[in-house]
Amino acid sequence: MHLMLKKSIHNRETVAGYLFIAPVYLAFILFMLYPLVKAIIMSFTMVGTDYVGWVGFQNYVTVFKDYAWWPSVKNTIIYSAVVVPGAIFIPFILAALIRVMKPAAQTFSKSCLYLPQVSSGLVMSLVWFWIYDPFNGLLNYLIGKVGIQPQIWLGDVKTALLSLILMAVLAGHGSNTILYIAAMGGIPKTLYEVARLEGANWWQTVRNITWPLLRPTVLYVLIMSIIGSFQVFTPAYVMTRGGPGLATSTVVYKIFNDLFTYFSFGTATAEALILALVIITISLIQFRFFATDVEY
Amino acid sequence: MQNKLSNIFKKVPAYILVGIWIVIALTPLLWMVSSSFKGEASLMATPPKLLPDPFSLENYQKLFEKPVLLWVFNSVFVATIVTIEVVAVSSLAGYAFAKLRFPGRNLLFWLLIMTMMIPGQVTLAPLYELIMRLGFLDSFKALIFPPIAAVWGTFLLKQFIQTLPTELIDSGRVDGASELQIFSRIILPVAKPGLAVLGIFTFVAHWNDFMWPLVVLKDQSRYTIQLGLSAFRFQYTTAYGPMMAGATLAALPMVIIFLLLQRYFMEGLTVGAIKG
Repeated sequence: MHLMLKKSIHNRETVAGYLFIAPVYLAFILFMLYPLVKAIIMSFTMVGTDYVGWVGFQNYVTVFKDYAWWPSVKNTIIYSAVVVPGAIFIPFILAALIRVMKPAAQTFSKSCLYLPQVSSGLVMSLVWFWIYDPFNGLLNYLIGKVGIQPQIWLGDVKTALLSLILMAVLAGHGSNTILYIAAMGGIPKTLYEVARLEGANWWQTVRNITWPLLRPTVLYVLIMSIIGSFQVFTPAYVMTRGGPGLATSTVVYKIFNDLFTYFSFGTATAEALILALVIITISLIQFRFFATDVEY
Repeated sequence: MQNKLSNIFKKVPAYILVGIWIVIALTPLLWMVSSSFKGEASLMATPPKLLPDPFSLENYQKLFEKPVLLWVFNSVFVATIVTIEVVAVSSLAGYAFAKLRFPGRNLLFWLLIMTMMIPGQVTLAPLYELIMRLGFLDSFKALIFPPIAAVWGTFLLKQFIQTLPTELIDSGRVDGASELQIFSRIILPVAKPGLAVLGIFTFVAHWNDFMWPLVVLKDQSRYTIQLGLSAFRFQYTTAYGPMMAGATLAALPMVIIFLLLQRYFMEGLTVGAIKG
Protein backbone atom coordinates (compact mmCIF):
# COMPACT_ATOMS: atom_id res chain seq x y z
CA MET A 1 0.00 0.00 0.00
CA HIS A 2 2.73 2.40 1.04
CA LEU A 3 4.79 1.44 -2.00
CA MET A 4 1.84 1.96 -4.38
CA LEU A 5 1.20 5.42 -3.00
CA LYS A 6 4.85 6.30 -3.49
CA LYS A 7 4.73 5.03 -7.07
CA SER A 8 1.61 6.99 -7.99
CA ILE A 9 3.10 10.16 -6.55
CA HIS A 10 6.21 9.44 -8.59
CA ASN A 11 4.17 9.19 -11.84
CA ARG A 12 2.23 12.34 -11.00
CA GLU A 13 5.49 14.21 -10.47
CA THR A 14 6.85 13.02 -13.81
CA VAL A 15 3.78 14.17 -15.76
CA ALA A 16 3.57 17.49 -13.89
CA GLY A 17 7.31 18.05 -14.30
CA TYR A 18 7.20 17.73 -18.08
CA LEU A 19 4.01 19.81 -18.36
CA PHE A 20 5.41 22.58 -16.17
CA ILE A 21 8.64 22.94 -18.13
CA ALA A 22 6.87 22.60 -21.53
CA PRO A 23 6.19 26.32 -22.26
CA VAL A 24 9.75 27.37 -21.51
CA TYR A 25 11.24 24.36 -23.23
CA LEU A 26 9.26 24.54 -26.49
CA ALA A 27 10.14 28.24 -26.86
CA PHE A 28 13.71 27.39 -25.89
CA ILE A 29 14.00 24.83 -28.69
CA LEU A 30 12.50 27.19 -31.29
CA PHE A 31 14.17 30.47 -30.33
CA MET A 32 17.44 29.25 -28.82
CA LEU A 33 18.57 25.73 -29.77
CA TYR A 34 17.54 25.92 -33.42
CA PRO A 35 19.20 29.35 -34.05
CA LEU A 36 22.23 28.11 -32.13
CA VAL A 37 22.68 25.12 -34.44
CA LYS A 38 22.20 27.41 -37.45
CA ALA A 39 24.79 29.82 -36.04
CA ILE A 40 27.37 27.05 -35.74
CA ILE A 41 26.72 26.06 -39.37
CA MET A 42 26.92 29.73 -40.38
CA SER A 43 30.35 30.11 -38.80
CA PHE A 44 31.70 27.40 -41.11
CA THR A 45 30.00 28.85 -44.17
CA MET A 46 30.74 31.72 -46.46
CA VAL A 47 28.00 33.72 -48.11
CA GLY A 48 29.80 35.89 -50.61
CA THR A 49 29.10 37.22 -54.06
CA ASP A 50 31.38 34.75 -55.84
CA TYR A 51 31.30 31.81 -53.43
CA VAL A 52 28.60 30.29 -51.25
CA GLY A 53 29.30 27.22 -49.17
CA TRP A 54 31.28 25.32 -46.59
CA VAL A 55 34.68 26.85 -45.85
CA GLY A 56 35.79 24.88 -42.79
CA PHE A 57 37.67 26.96 -40.21
CA GLN A 58 38.45 29.78 -42.60
CA ASN A 59 36.16 32.27 -40.82
CA TYR A 60 37.93 31.51 -37.54
CA VAL A 61 41.35 32.00 -39.13
CA THR A 62 40.11 35.33 -40.51
CA VAL A 63 39.08 36.40 -37.00
CA PHE A 64 42.45 35.60 -35.44
CA LYS A 65 44.27 37.49 -38.20
CA ASP A 66 41.98 40.51 -37.88
CA TYR A 67 43.96 43.52 -36.61
CA ALA A 68 40.96 44.65 -34.50
CA TRP A 69 40.26 41.29 -32.80
CA TRP A 70 43.03 41.07 -30.18
CA PRO A 71 42.74 44.70 -29.02
CA SER A 72 38.99 44.11 -28.57
CA VAL A 73 39.70 40.96 -26.53
CA LYS A 74 42.22 42.86 -24.39
CA ASN A 75 39.81 45.73 -23.76
CA THR A 76 37.05 43.32 -22.75
CA ILE A 77 39.34 41.49 -20.31
CA ILE A 78 40.61 44.71 -18.70
CA TYR A 79 37.05 45.98 -18.41
CA SER A 80 35.79 42.76 -16.80
CA ALA A 81 38.76 42.43 -14.45
CA VAL A 82 37.62 45.60 -12.68
CA VAL A 83 33.86 45.59 -13.21
CA VAL A 84 33.10 41.99 -12.11
CA PRO A 85 34.72 42.14 -8.65
CA GLY A 86 32.98 45.47 -8.18
CA ALA A 87 29.61 43.97 -9.07
CA ILE A 88 30.10 41.15 -6.53
CA PHE A 89 31.65 42.85 -3.51
CA ILE A 90 30.19 46.36 -3.59
CA PRO A 91 26.55 45.16 -3.43
CA PHE A 92 27.47 42.48 -0.87
CA ILE A 93 28.95 45.08 1.46
CA LEU A 94 26.04 47.44 0.79
CA ALA A 95 23.56 44.65 1.58
CA ALA A 96 25.32 43.70 4.82
CA LEU A 97 25.43 47.37 5.87
CA ILE A 98 21.82 48.06 4.90
CA ARG A 99 20.58 45.14 7.01
CA VAL A 100 21.93 46.89 10.10
CA MET A 101 19.68 49.90 9.44
CA LYS A 102 16.17 50.67 10.60
CA PRO A 103 13.45 49.22 8.32
CA ALA A 104 12.44 52.59 6.83
CA ALA A 105 16.07 53.43 6.03
CA GLN A 106 16.50 49.97 4.48
CA THR A 107 13.55 50.53 2.16
CA PHE A 108 14.82 53.99 1.24
CA SER A 109 18.37 52.78 0.54
CA LYS A 110 17.24 49.88 -1.62
CA SER A 111 15.02 52.19 -3.67
CA CYS A 112 17.80 54.74 -4.16
CA LEU A 113 20.33 52.12 -5.20
CA TYR A 114 17.95 50.49 -7.62
CA LEU A 115 16.82 53.71 -9.32
CA PRO A 116 19.87 54.10 -11.62
CA GLN A 117 19.34 50.55 -12.83
CA VAL A 118 15.77 51.28 -13.76
CA SER A 119 17.26 53.49 -16.45
CA SER A 120 18.45 51.73 -19.58
CA GLY A 121 22.01 51.33 -20.76
CA LEU A 122 21.23 53.78 -23.52
CA VAL A 123 19.95 56.41 -21.06
CA MET A 124 22.95 55.99 -18.75
CA SER A 125 25.36 56.15 -21.68
CA LEU A 126 23.80 59.42 -22.85
CA VAL A 127 23.99 60.87 -19.33
CA TRP A 128 27.63 59.85 -18.85
CA PHE A 129 28.42 61.10 -22.36
CA TRP A 130 27.28 64.50 -21.05
CA ILE A 131 29.13 64.10 -17.72
CA TYR A 132 32.37 63.29 -19.59
CA ASP A 133 32.03 66.29 -21.91
CA PRO A 134 35.51 67.90 -21.93
CA PHE A 135 34.23 71.51 -21.90
CA ASN A 136 31.02 71.64 -19.86
CA GLY A 137 31.00 68.18 -18.27
CA LEU A 138 30.30 67.66 -14.59
CA LEU A 139 33.32 65.40 -14.02
CA ASN A 140 35.92 67.90 -15.20
CA TYR A 141 34.26 70.51 -12.99
CA LEU A 142 34.39 68.19 -9.94
CA ILE A 143 38.03 67.13 -10.42
CA GLY A 144 38.91 70.77 -11.08
CA LYS A 145 37.74 71.53 -7.56
CA VAL A 146 40.49 69.28 -6.17
CA GLY A 147 43.06 70.70 -8.55
CA ILE A 148 43.18 68.05 -11.28
CA GLN A 149 43.54 69.21 -14.87
CA PRO A 150 40.50 68.69 -17.12
CA GLN A 151 40.64 65.48 -19.17
CA ILE A 152 39.29 64.62 -22.61
CA TRP A 153 37.78 61.50 -21.03
CA LEU A 154 36.25 59.75 -24.01
CA GLY A 155 38.47 61.29 -26.65
CA ASP A 156 41.82 60.26 -25.18
CA VAL A 157 43.28 56.79 -25.77
CA LYS A 158 44.61 56.81 -22.19
CA THR A 159 41.29 57.51 -20.45
CA ALA A 160 38.57 56.20 -22.82
CA LEU A 161 38.41 52.61 -21.52
CA LEU A 162 38.85 53.85 -17.95
CA SER A 163 35.79 56.05 -18.50
CA LEU A 164 33.66 53.04 -19.49
CA ILE A 165 34.92 51.14 -16.43
CA LEU A 166 34.27 54.06 -14.08
CA MET A 167 30.70 54.36 -15.32
CA ALA A 168 30.06 50.65 -14.63
CA VAL A 169 31.65 50.60 -11.15
CA LEU A 170 30.06 53.83 -9.85
CA ALA A 171 26.58 52.39 -10.38
CA GLY A 172 23.93 51.72 -7.75
CA HIS A 173 24.35 47.93 -7.99
CA GLY A 174 20.74 47.87 -6.78
CA SER A 175 19.60 44.59 -8.29
CA ASN A 176 22.52 42.65 -6.83
CA THR A 177 22.12 44.41 -3.48
CA ILE A 178 18.43 43.52 -3.37
CA LEU A 179 19.17 39.91 -4.35
CA TYR A 180 21.73 39.68 -1.54
CA ILE A 181 19.39 41.27 1.00
CA ALA A 182 16.58 38.90 -0.01
CA ALA A 183 18.92 35.92 0.39
CA MET A 184 20.29 37.25 3.69
CA GLY A 185 16.70 37.44 4.95
CA GLY A 186 16.48 33.70 4.39
CA ILE A 187 19.26 32.95 6.85
CA PRO A 188 17.75 31.99 10.22
CA LYS A 189 18.07 34.73 12.85
CA THR A 190 19.08 32.12 15.43
CA LEU A 191 22.47 31.75 13.72
CA TYR A 192 23.14 35.45 14.23
CA GLU A 193 21.91 35.30 17.80
CA VAL A 194 24.29 32.46 18.58
CA ALA A 195 27.13 34.44 16.99
CA ARG A 196 26.21 37.50 19.05
CA LEU A 197 26.11 35.49 22.26
CA GLU A 198 29.57 34.18 21.43
CA GLY A 199 30.77 37.75 21.06
CA ALA A 200 31.32 37.81 17.28
CA ASN A 201 31.68 41.26 15.73
CA TRP A 202 29.95 42.50 12.57
CA TRP A 203 32.78 41.47 10.25
CA GLN A 204 33.10 37.98 11.79
CA THR A 205 29.36 37.45 11.41
CA VAL A 206 29.44 38.51 7.76
CA ARG A 207 32.56 36.46 7.04
CA ASN A 208 31.52 33.24 8.82
CA ILE A 209 27.73 33.15 8.50
CA THR A 210 26.40 35.43 5.76
CA TRP A 211 29.03 34.89 3.06
CA PRO A 212 29.17 31.04 3.16
CA LEU A 213 25.39 30.67 3.37
CA LEU A 214 24.93 33.04 0.45
CA ARG A 215 26.95 30.91 -1.94
CA PRO A 216 24.07 30.15 -4.37
CA THR A 217 23.33 33.89 -4.69
CA VAL A 218 27.02 34.78 -5.02
CA LEU A 219 27.36 32.16 -7.74
CA TYR A 220 24.39 33.63 -9.57
CA VAL A 221 25.73 37.20 -9.27
CA LEU A 222 29.21 36.11 -10.35
CA ILE A 223 28.02 34.31 -13.47
CA MET A 224 25.62 37.07 -14.47
CA SER A 225 28.30 39.75 -13.94
CA ILE A 226 30.84 37.95 -16.09
CA ILE A 227 28.30 37.32 -18.83
CA GLY A 228 27.22 40.95 -18.64
CA SER A 229 30.67 42.52 -18.65
CA PHE A 230 31.97 40.25 -21.42
CA GLN A 231 29.07 41.51 -23.51
CA VAL A 232 29.47 45.22 -22.81
CA PHE A 233 28.25 47.05 -25.88
CA THR A 234 25.91 50.00 -25.39
CA PRO A 235 28.35 52.49 -23.76
CA ALA A 236 31.00 51.70 -26.38
CA TYR A 237 28.45 52.09 -29.14
CA VAL A 238 26.75 55.24 -27.84
CA MET A 239 29.65 57.15 -26.29
CA THR A 240 32.79 56.27 -28.25
CA ARG A 241 31.93 54.09 -31.25
CA GLY A 242 34.77 51.85 -30.10
CA GLY A 243 37.26 54.71 -30.33
CA PRO A 244 39.43 56.61 -30.29
CA GLY A 245 41.18 54.17 -32.61
CA LEU A 246 40.43 50.80 -31.03
CA ALA A 247 40.71 52.06 -27.43
CA THR A 248 37.16 51.05 -26.44
CA SER A 249 36.42 48.42 -29.07
CA THR A 250 35.02 45.52 -27.06
CA VAL A 251 34.39 42.02 -28.40
CA VAL A 252 30.65 42.56 -28.76
CA TYR A 253 31.14 45.99 -30.29
CA LYS A 254 33.34 44.34 -32.91
CA ILE A 255 30.78 41.59 -33.51
CA PHE A 256 28.04 44.18 -33.97
CA ASN A 257 30.25 46.16 -36.33
CA ASP A 258 31.08 43.10 -38.42
CA LEU A 259 27.38 42.17 -38.61
CA PHE A 260 25.82 45.49 -39.46
CA THR A 261 28.65 47.56 -40.95
CA TYR A 262 30.48 44.92 -42.95
CA PHE A 263 27.71 42.28 -43.18
CA SER A 264 30.27 39.50 -42.74
CA PHE A 265 27.86 37.11 -41.02
CA GLY A 266 30.27 34.18 -41.11
CA THR A 267 33.15 35.92 -39.29
CA ALA A 268 30.83 37.82 -36.93
CA THR A 269 29.11 34.57 -35.89
CA ALA A 270 32.51 32.88 -35.53
CA GLU A 271 33.57 35.72 -33.20
CA ALA A 272 30.36 35.36 -31.19
CA LEU A 273 30.95 31.61 -30.88
CA ILE A 274 34.50 32.13 -29.64
CA LEU A 275 33.12 34.52 -27.02
CA ALA A 276 30.46 31.95 -26.11
CA LEU A 277 33.09 29.24 -25.69
CA VAL A 278 35.14 31.42 -23.34
CA ILE A 279 32.08 32.40 -21.27
CA ILE A 280 30.90 28.78 -20.99
CA THR A 281 34.36 27.57 -19.94
CA ILE A 282 34.67 30.21 -17.21
CA SER A 283 31.12 29.60 -15.98
CA LEU A 284 31.63 25.82 -15.79
CA ILE A 285 34.82 26.25 -13.80
CA GLN A 286 32.94 28.49 -11.38
CA PHE A 287 30.08 26.02 -11.11
CA ARG A 288 32.44 23.22 -10.13
CA PHE A 289 34.17 25.55 -7.73
CA PHE A 290 31.12 27.02 -6.03
CA ALA A 291 28.23 24.61 -6.53
CA THR A 292 27.56 23.10 -3.16
CA ASP A 293 24.01 22.92 -1.94
CA VAL A 294 23.49 25.04 1.09
CA GLU A 295 21.05 23.73 3.69
CA TYR A 296 19.95 25.45 6.84
CA MET B 1 23.01 51.99 28.24
CA GLN B 2 26.36 50.65 27.16
CA ASN B 3 24.64 48.27 24.84
CA LYS B 4 22.73 51.13 23.26
CA LEU B 5 25.93 53.12 22.80
CA SER B 6 27.78 50.27 21.08
CA ASN B 7 24.71 49.77 18.95
CA ILE B 8 24.93 53.35 17.72
CA PHE B 9 28.64 52.98 16.96
CA LYS B 10 27.79 49.92 14.94
CA LYS B 11 25.07 51.65 12.99
CA VAL B 12 26.48 55.10 12.24
CA PRO B 13 29.22 53.89 9.85
CA ALA B 14 26.60 51.87 7.99
CA TYR B 15 24.42 54.94 7.45
CA ILE B 16 27.41 57.04 6.36
CA LEU B 17 28.87 54.48 3.93
CA VAL B 18 25.54 53.61 2.34
CA GLY B 19 24.68 57.32 2.20
CA ILE B 20 27.90 58.12 0.33
CA TRP B 21 27.25 55.38 -2.17
CA ILE B 22 23.66 56.52 -2.71
CA VAL B 23 24.93 60.03 -3.54
CA ILE B 24 27.44 58.59 -6.03
CA ALA B 25 24.83 56.36 -7.62
CA LEU B 26 22.14 59.02 -7.91
CA THR B 27 24.32 61.90 -9.13
CA PRO B 28 24.12 61.00 -12.85
CA LEU B 29 20.33 60.76 -12.69
CA LEU B 30 19.91 64.02 -10.76
CA TRP B 31 22.30 65.70 -13.19
CA MET B 32 20.21 64.35 -16.08
CA VAL B 33 16.96 65.76 -14.65
CA SER B 34 18.57 69.08 -13.73
CA SER B 35 20.16 69.45 -17.17
CA SER B 36 16.87 68.65 -18.90
CA PHE B 37 15.32 71.82 -17.43
CA LYS B 38 18.20 74.11 -18.37
CA GLY B 39 18.11 76.43 -21.32
CA GLU B 40 20.91 76.49 -23.87
CA ALA B 41 22.88 79.22 -22.06
CA SER B 42 22.70 77.84 -18.51
CA LEU B 43 23.51 74.35 -19.82
CA MET B 44 26.84 75.56 -21.16
CA ALA B 45 27.67 77.86 -18.22
CA THR B 46 31.10 77.64 -16.59
CA PRO B 47 31.20 76.69 -13.78
CA PRO B 48 28.15 74.40 -14.27
CA LYS B 49 25.04 75.37 -12.34
CA LEU B 50 23.76 72.56 -10.15
CA LEU B 51 20.14 73.66 -10.48
CA PRO B 52 18.41 75.00 -13.59
CA ASP B 53 18.44 78.81 -13.47
CA PRO B 54 16.38 80.01 -15.24
CA PHE B 55 14.03 77.02 -15.29
CA SER B 56 13.26 76.22 -18.91
CA LEU B 57 11.04 73.78 -20.84
CA GLU B 58 12.65 74.43 -24.22
CA ASN B 59 14.39 71.02 -24.24
CA TYR B 60 11.06 69.27 -23.79
CA GLN B 61 9.47 71.38 -26.52
CA LYS B 62 12.21 70.23 -28.91
CA LEU B 63 11.76 66.64 -27.73
CA PHE B 64 8.01 66.54 -28.32
CA GLU B 65 8.44 67.46 -31.97
CA LYS B 66 8.92 63.67 -32.18
CA PRO B 67 6.22 61.05 -31.34
CA VAL B 68 7.86 60.27 -28.00
CA LEU B 69 4.62 59.49 -26.15
CA LEU B 70 3.81 56.76 -28.66
CA TRP B 71 7.31 55.31 -28.20
CA VAL B 72 6.86 55.30 -24.42
CA PHE B 73 3.50 53.58 -24.81
CA ASN B 74 5.01 50.94 -27.13
CA SER B 75 7.72 50.23 -24.58
CA VAL B 76 5.27 49.93 -21.67
CA PHE B 77 3.02 47.65 -23.73
CA VAL B 78 5.77 45.26 -24.84
CA ALA B 79 7.62 45.15 -21.51
CA THR B 80 4.40 44.49 -19.56
CA ILE B 81 3.33 41.56 -21.73
CA VAL B 82 6.82 40.07 -21.68
CA THR B 83 7.04 40.41 -17.89
CA ILE B 84 3.74 38.62 -17.31
CA GLU B 85 4.57 35.76 -19.65
CA VAL B 86 8.12 35.35 -18.33
CA VAL B 87 7.04 35.24 -14.66
CA ALA B 88 4.28 32.72 -15.50
CA VAL B 89 6.41 30.25 -17.46
CA SER B 90 9.52 30.67 -15.28
CA SER B 91 7.69 29.97 -12.04
CA LEU B 92 6.23 26.76 -13.49
CA ALA B 93 9.54 25.57 -14.87
CA GLY B 94 11.58 26.81 -11.90
CA TYR B 95 9.32 24.94 -9.50
CA ALA B 96 9.50 21.77 -11.58
CA PHE B 97 13.29 21.86 -11.72
CA ALA B 98 13.58 22.67 -8.01
CA LYS B 99 11.09 20.32 -6.42
CA LEU B 100 9.63 17.73 -8.82
CA ARG B 101 11.46 14.53 -9.68
CA PHE B 102 11.21 13.37 -13.28
CA PRO B 103 13.52 11.46 -15.63
CA GLY B 104 16.08 13.66 -17.41
CA ARG B 105 15.49 16.60 -15.08
CA ASN B 106 19.15 17.38 -14.44
CA LEU B 107 20.11 16.94 -18.09
CA LEU B 108 17.31 19.24 -19.27
CA PHE B 109 18.24 21.83 -16.66
CA TRP B 110 21.90 21.75 -17.60
CA LEU B 111 21.02 22.23 -21.25
CA LEU B 112 19.14 25.40 -20.30
CA ILE B 113 21.97 26.65 -18.08
CA MET B 114 24.57 26.01 -20.76
CA THR B 115 22.74 28.25 -23.21
CA MET B 116 22.27 30.93 -20.57
CA MET B 117 25.99 31.50 -20.86
CA ILE B 118 25.78 31.92 -24.62
CA PRO B 119 25.86 35.59 -25.61
CA GLY B 120 22.86 36.80 -27.58
CA GLN B 121 25.06 37.86 -30.48
CA VAL B 122 25.59 34.20 -31.40
CA THR B 123 21.99 33.71 -32.41
CA LEU B 124 21.37 37.27 -33.61
CA ALA B 125 21.64 36.53 -37.35
CA PRO B 126 19.82 33.13 -37.40
CA LEU B 127 17.10 34.41 -35.06
CA TYR B 128 16.55 37.36 -37.37
CA GLU B 129 16.08 34.91 -40.28
CA LEU B 130 13.63 32.83 -38.23
CA ILE B 131 11.60 35.88 -37.19
CA MET B 132 11.45 36.93 -40.82
CA ARG B 133 10.18 33.52 -41.93
CA LEU B 134 7.56 33.52 -39.16
CA GLY B 135 6.33 36.87 -40.50
CA PHE B 136 7.08 38.62 -37.18
CA LEU B 137 9.41 41.21 -38.67
CA ASP B 138 8.59 44.86 -37.94
CA SER B 139 5.89 43.73 -35.48
CA PHE B 140 5.62 43.57 -31.69
CA LYS B 141 5.45 39.77 -32.09
CA ALA B 142 9.19 39.82 -32.73
CA LEU B 143 9.69 41.33 -29.27
CA ILE B 144 7.03 39.31 -27.44
CA PHE B 145 7.52 35.69 -28.53
CA PRO B 146 11.27 34.93 -28.18
CA PRO B 147 11.39 35.85 -24.43
CA ILE B 148 9.06 32.90 -23.62
CA ALA B 149 12.29 30.91 -23.72
CA ALA B 150 12.84 32.34 -20.21
CA VAL B 151 16.09 30.60 -19.39
CA TRP B 152 17.46 32.85 -16.67
CA GLY B 153 14.03 33.42 -15.16
CA THR B 154 13.76 29.66 -14.76
CA PHE B 155 17.23 29.55 -13.26
CA LEU B 156 16.51 32.37 -10.81
CA LEU B 157 13.22 30.91 -9.60
CA LYS B 158 14.67 27.41 -9.41
CA GLN B 159 17.37 28.77 -7.10
CA PHE B 160 14.74 30.65 -5.11
CA ILE B 161 12.14 27.87 -4.80
CA GLN B 162 14.87 25.40 -3.87
CA THR B 163 15.31 27.25 -0.58
CA LEU B 164 11.61 26.72 0.30
CA PRO B 165 10.96 23.74 2.59
CA THR B 166 9.87 20.57 0.77
CA GLU B 167 7.56 19.79 3.72
CA LEU B 168 5.13 22.35 2.26
CA ILE B 169 4.70 20.19 -0.84
CA ASP B 170 4.50 16.91 1.08
CA SER B 171 1.80 18.31 3.34
CA GLY B 172 -0.11 19.44 0.24
CA ARG B 173 0.06 15.94 -1.21
CA VAL B 174 -1.13 14.42 2.05
CA ASP B 175 -4.09 16.82 1.94
CA GLY B 176 -4.93 15.47 -1.52
CA ALA B 177 -4.09 18.57 -3.57
CA SER B 178 -3.29 18.17 -7.28
CA GLU B 179 0.17 19.15 -8.55
CA LEU B 180 -1.21 22.33 -10.10
CA GLN B 181 -2.97 23.20 -6.82
CA ILE B 182 0.24 22.61 -4.89
CA PHE B 183 2.00 24.95 -7.29
CA SER B 184 -0.61 27.70 -7.34
CA ARG B 185 -1.83 27.60 -3.72
CA ILE B 186 1.26 26.57 -1.77
CA ILE B 187 4.36 27.46 -3.78
CA LEU B 188 3.30 30.67 -5.55
CA PRO B 189 2.25 32.56 -2.39
CA VAL B 190 5.54 31.86 -0.60
CA ALA B 191 7.54 32.48 -3.78
CA LYS B 192 6.05 35.97 -4.22
CA PRO B 193 9.24 37.88 -3.34
CA GLY B 194 11.11 35.83 -5.93
CA LEU B 195 8.40 36.47 -8.52
CA ALA B 196 8.51 40.21 -7.81
CA VAL B 197 12.29 40.26 -8.19
CA LEU B 198 12.06 38.34 -11.47
CA GLY B 199 9.21 40.57 -12.67
CA ILE B 200 11.11 43.78 -12.12
CA PHE B 201 14.32 42.37 -13.53
CA THR B 202 12.45 41.23 -16.63
CA PHE B 203 10.71 44.56 -17.05
CA VAL B 204 14.00 46.42 -16.74
CA ALA B 205 15.77 44.05 -19.14
CA HIS B 206 13.15 44.42 -21.84
CA TRP B 207 12.80 48.14 -21.34
CA ASN B 208 16.59 48.35 -21.64
CA ASP B 209 16.74 46.13 -24.70
CA PHE B 210 18.25 48.09 -27.51
CA MET B 211 20.01 45.83 -30.00
CA TRP B 212 17.12 43.44 -30.72
CA PRO B 213 14.42 46.10 -31.35
CA LEU B 214 16.99 47.90 -33.50
CA VAL B 215 17.34 44.77 -35.63
CA VAL B 216 13.66 43.80 -35.99
CA LEU B 217 11.72 47.10 -35.98
CA LYS B 218 11.74 49.43 -38.97
CA ASP B 219 8.58 51.56 -38.83
CA GLN B 220 8.94 54.60 -36.53
CA SER B 221 5.37 54.13 -35.26
CA ARG B 222 6.42 50.85 -33.64
CA TYR B 223 9.66 52.16 -32.12
CA THR B 224 10.32 51.60 -28.45
CA ILE B 225 11.51 54.64 -26.49
CA GLN B 226 15.08 53.31 -26.63
CA LEU B 227 15.04 53.22 -30.42
CA GLY B 228 13.35 56.59 -30.62
CA LEU B 229 15.89 58.11 -28.25
CA SER B 230 18.83 56.72 -30.21
CA ALA B 231 17.33 58.07 -33.43
CA PHE B 232 17.02 61.44 -31.71
CA ARG B 233 20.59 61.20 -30.43
CA PHE B 234 22.03 60.58 -33.88
CA GLN B 235 20.00 63.39 -35.39
CA TYR B 236 21.26 66.07 -32.99
CA THR B 237 24.67 64.81 -31.89
CA THR B 238 25.63 67.55 -29.45
CA ALA B 239 22.18 68.74 -28.34
CA TYR B 240 22.69 67.69 -24.72
CA GLY B 241 19.56 69.49 -23.50
CA PRO B 242 16.91 67.67 -25.54
CA MET B 243 18.95 64.48 -25.10
CA MET B 244 18.67 64.79 -21.31
CA ALA B 245 14.96 65.58 -21.63
CA GLY B 246 14.48 62.39 -23.65
CA ALA B 247 16.56 60.38 -21.20
CA THR B 248 14.47 61.75 -18.31
CA LEU B 249 11.26 60.82 -20.09
CA ALA B 250 12.59 57.32 -20.84
CA ALA B 251 13.47 56.79 -17.17
CA LEU B 252 10.23 58.17 -15.71
CA PRO B 253 7.76 55.30 -16.42
CA MET B 254 10.32 52.86 -15.04
CA VAL B 255 10.65 54.85 -11.83
CA ILE B 256 6.87 54.86 -11.40
CA ILE B 257 6.51 51.14 -12.00
CA PHE B 258 9.40 50.38 -9.70
CA LEU B 259 7.88 52.48 -6.92
CA LEU B 260 4.56 50.67 -7.34
CA LEU B 261 6.17 47.22 -7.21
CA GLN B 262 8.88 47.74 -4.62
CA ARG B 263 6.51 46.65 -1.84
CA TYR B 264 7.08 43.05 -3.00
CA PHE B 265 10.81 43.38 -2.50
CA MET B 266 10.33 44.70 1.00
CA GLU B 267 8.07 41.87 2.10
CA GLY B 268 11.14 39.70 2.16
CA LEU B 269 11.23 35.96 2.16
CA THR B 270 8.65 33.93 4.01
CA VAL B 271 10.87 30.95 4.48
CA GLY B 272 9.51 30.53 7.97
CA ALA B 273 6.04 29.68 6.61
CA ILE B 274 6.25 26.27 8.27
CA LYS B 275 6.54 26.78 11.99
CA GLY B 276 5.87 23.74 14.13
